[in-house]
Amino acid sequence: MARHRNYRNYAYEDDLSDDVFGHSVEDYDISVSPGTAEQFMFRRSNSRDPNLSAYMVDRCGRVEEEEEEDEDNDEDDPLTSLQDYRRPQLDPISEAKLSSCMDQLQSILGENLHEPTAVSAIVQCNYDVDRALDYIFSQEEKQDQRKNLDPFGTEGTYSHRKEKEDQVRHQPPVITHISRDSKKEGTADSTVSVVTPSKDKTIVGFATPIKKSRESSPDEPMEVQNELKPPEPGKTKGTGKSKEQVRAEAYEDYNKRCKGKILLNLVVIGHVDAGKSTLMGHLLYSLGDVSKKSMHKYEIESKKAGKASFAYAWVLDETGEERERGVTMDVGLTRFETDTKLVTLMDAPGHKDFIPNMITGAAQADVAILVVGSSTGEFESGFEAGGQTREHALLVRSLGVTQLIVAVNKLDNVGWSEDRYNHIVGKLKHFLKQAGFKDCDVAYVPCSGLTGENLVTPSTEPPLKQWYNGPTLLNTIDNFKPPKRELEKPFRFCVSDVYKGMGTGINASGKLEAGKLHSGDKIAVMPSGGHGLVKAFTIHDEPAQLACAGDHVTLTLSGLDTMHVGVGSVICPPSSPIKCTTKLKARILVFNIRIPITKGFTVLYHYKTLNEPAVIKRLCSVLHKSTGEVLQKKPRCLTKNSNAEVIIHTYRPVCVELYKDYKDLGRFMLRYSGETIAAGVVTETSLAIKDGSIAWQSTLSKEMSSTAGQNCFLFTLR
Amino acid sequence: MTGSVSSSKVRTTLTIAVEGIEFDTQACMLRIKGRNVEENQYVKMGAYHTIDLELNRKFTLIKEYWDVIALERVEMACDPTQHADLGAVLLHEGLGHIILVTSSMTVVRAKIDMNVPRKRKGFCSQHDKGLLKFYDALIQGILRHINFDVIKCILIASPGFVKEQFCDYMFQQALKSDWKAITENKSKFVLVHSSSGHKHALKEVLADPTVTARLAETKAAGEVKALDTFFSVLQMEPDRAYYGIHHVEKASEASAVETLLVTDELFRSTDLPTRKKYVKLVESIKDNGGDVRVFSSLHVSGEQLGQLSGVAAILRFPMPEIDSEETDDSTESDEETFTS
Repeated sequence: MARHRNYRNYAYEDDLSDDVFGHSVEDYDISVSPGTAEQFMFRRSNSRDPNLSAYMVDRCGRVEEEEEEDEDNDEDDPLTSLQDYRRPQLDPISEAKLSSCMDQLQSILGENLHEPTAVSAIVQCNYDVDRALDYIFSQEEKQDQRKNLDPFGTEGTYSHRKEKEDQVRHQPPVITHISRDSKKEGTADSTVSVVTPSKDKTIVGFATPIKKSRESSPDEPMEVQNELKPPEPGKTKGTGKSKEQVRAEAYEDYNKRCKGKILLNLVVIGHVDAGKSTLMGHLLYSLGDVSKKSMHKYEIESKKAGKASFAYAWVLDETGEERERGVTMDVGLTRFETDTKLVTLMDAPGHKDFIPNMITGAAQADVAILVVGSSTGEFESGFEAGGQTREHALLVRSLGVTQLIVAVNKLDNVGWSEDRYNHIVGKLKHFLKQAGFKDCDVAYVPCSGLTGENLVTPSTEPPLKQWYNGPTLLNTIDNFKPPKRELEKPFRFCVSDVYKGMGTGINASGKLEAGKLHSGDKIAVMPSGGHGLVKAFTIHDEPAQLACAGDHVTLTLSGLDTMHVGVGSVICPPSSPIKCTTKLKARILVFNIRIPITKGFTVLYHYKTLNEPAVIKRLCSVLHKSTGEVLQKKPRCLTKNSNAEVIIHTYRPVCVELYKDYKDLGRFMLRYSGETIAAGVVTETSLAIKDGSIAWQSTLSKEMSSTAGQNCFLFTLR
Repeated sequence: MTGSVSSSKVRTTLTIAVEGIEFDTQACMLRIKGRNVEENQYVKMGAYHTIDLELNRKFTLIKEYWDVIALERVEMACDPTQHADLGAVLLHEGLGHIILVTSSMTVVRAKIDMNVPRKRKGFCSQHDKGLLKFYDALIQGILRHINFDVIKCILIASPGFVKEQFCDYMFQQALKSDWKAITENKSKFVLVHSSSGHKHALKEVLADPTVTARLAETKAAGEVKALDTFFSVLQMEPDRAYYGIHHVEKASEASAVETLLVTDELFRSTDLPTRKKYVKLVESIKDNGGDVRVFSSLHVSGEQLGQLSGVAAILRFPMPEIDSEETDDSTESDEETFTS
């Protein structure tokens, strides 16, 4: 086997005879020769290369159409015109000005930048970026009006909110178009009013009807995004009447599937043996999601194994090993419904050794339930240093969970004592506030997982009724505020599991973090760079046509090799793939650690479902905790609870997004010898190779990034 | 038909002026290249020749200047008591490393990276099947790469219960398939906890008390301990722990260095002045009664020290004044980051 082969996910049995097993090549110490790199590395945005996105500016209105109908159609291919293109001859100073302007334009327009247009615009506007930008937009508008093939045509070139609003106003076709749709839909009358361009909402294709139906809570207006929006290809455009019809039906189906409910991803966390699995198992049983027959089976079997109290936990702990040991090892995934929510439940393991698994679960969650055991000594052992109650709470907060339920479990063991309950709540309240949870976003519920008190129906236990008549656990779950979803961005799907399905193709399950996905969409898998097709997908074992951000989906992929997809891969549209890099700059918050972080620390980099060894290559600066001010440049080491900017190198390319582009995809955790040492957000990435040197890719100018960085840094964000 | 070809072997002694050295960590072979300086009947004067140096082969090394480090090296290499070979298997679900730890280096013999499907509601069989396949691959790796005649102890390290599960399965399979190598050496397997199956977790494994008791004298374990001490001093008294050549030289000038940690990579530098600089540093610290520990860059701990600029020192007394001084050292590495 050649050394550049990817061993991860390699299905050995497929093409190897039994005698070729281990090979003694240590893959990450061998550097790739430039020639090999040139040949195999995937270059994301090298504007000089004729790339896919380069031609989108010109004809973005037709990209979708062509992709779907005929790819070989290239009568007036701008690719060729781009190849013939020569830069104008300029003196060195102008050349430098030009390149700096180009960088800025590129950072604003992303990959949609069409170089010849941009260069001429810059030269015409005398190296003034703002004017050049305006010029480019006005040019594109003209072009689109000329072509005017699709009423949505200009959509892909939008990048600035203002322009967008203006253009929506200029474009009556948008409204007529949609209303035509709604007539077809018949039932979806609520969507029509939404689509009318209004002051504070921008409508992109079909995005909003879904948003509206899912985020129907009146007290939670859609997040208005003031930041620069990365240009996206018009993913939602229909190309012909028939297709529009299909799409419209898809939405209708989806709404039906959702039953107007809000999708919620819930992770259950807490110290080992706090009763997480039992609590959730009992809740599922009480809701009728587990049949009496199978519950009876678990009861008998667990009794046989001498662990009668684990019967409910067996609902979620399904592998033989987990049942035998009585410990959850991997995240158990299931679903249930409340009155207003469709909940995807993830039961995380509490044991210290399985925190990597817990992170993969927590990284997919919007909200969390923190289970604490209230038995004498149990709460203390979980809460004091070394216990997982603290670590888990900090982890989920750093991973972007803002709403939390604290389930004070096992109160039956202490005779439903109010004092004990208040003692625990008091201690946790103080700690959670420090950890960054708002008081109003944390709810406390007394309950018992084993006896099932106060889970679905209010407790009948007299000692508890005496002092508690608040909501049940289910009611509290129902009261969660709907999470914000990034529906309008290009889709990002994080793979958490890969396996062989029944039929052909590979099955990949995971969570759709942003955007929406249709069956039949073309996809790219990063960081391997493989391209393929979504043949079909299921959401919780039900076939579906459309998935939106927040859904847990199982995709059936075709046209891909198993080597291309692995746990931790990200599936994204080929036209706007996720960034891939081995070097990234990040702001980190150092946790309570025993040994200080120095340069050259080998850490495990946890990002979504991926964990990858990485090195902290450089400590750039120590920052002030709340203001983000630089306290010390080039520190020798980072001590506990400090805030810092560092450069991290990974051994293999990893997918990342900047925190300001995709909040959820810009977060990561660093672990070292079984402890979580820091949480961080990505501020800059470098392109893997660009003309032999590394260029930092920052989409904001220097001063902007420093202020924006302060504002959005996760721990100061309240 | 072409004419028949005859070949003959001759044993001869060559004297070569060394021009290039290559070391193959996998085959443990040192290859030296150079010109012949002493003509004999077979090899002409000045002819280029390449020789493989192997274990248990006699050779004479002639050097104009022997520094302390070099002499120490030779002494250590000739001492058979220092040799303790150790095998380690680091694993977590889906990733395994089979590693050989010798006195002066750590070699990854095999890396097994497989996709194990995770548990899904109602479909656990794929997970179990995938796991067994992964274990099978690991066992094959162990049989292939670990020579039980040489190795005294094999550490099986993993988070959670994977190691127990793996060992049970391995012994079961060994009994079934009659793999004598495993069944007869059952006592050599030691289970240790590690946080992951990645290579750098070996550091934790070697620092584990149960392991250190077994291989107290080996160099690898000693290095891990020294580096740990450095980090704990850095945490407790940052003014007593410094790294980077500039800081350490300052401390050495004040004869404040108690323990110097340095990687041997620096002494292998092709640039003579830098090599001399480090040798001088080591000598001066030794003269002042300091302890010098030369780390092997082929060990995990040495690798980490290498990342930490290759030289670090624990001081006898705090020197806060060093910290405030701006160094050029880090600016050099800045540029490196942007252009490498």
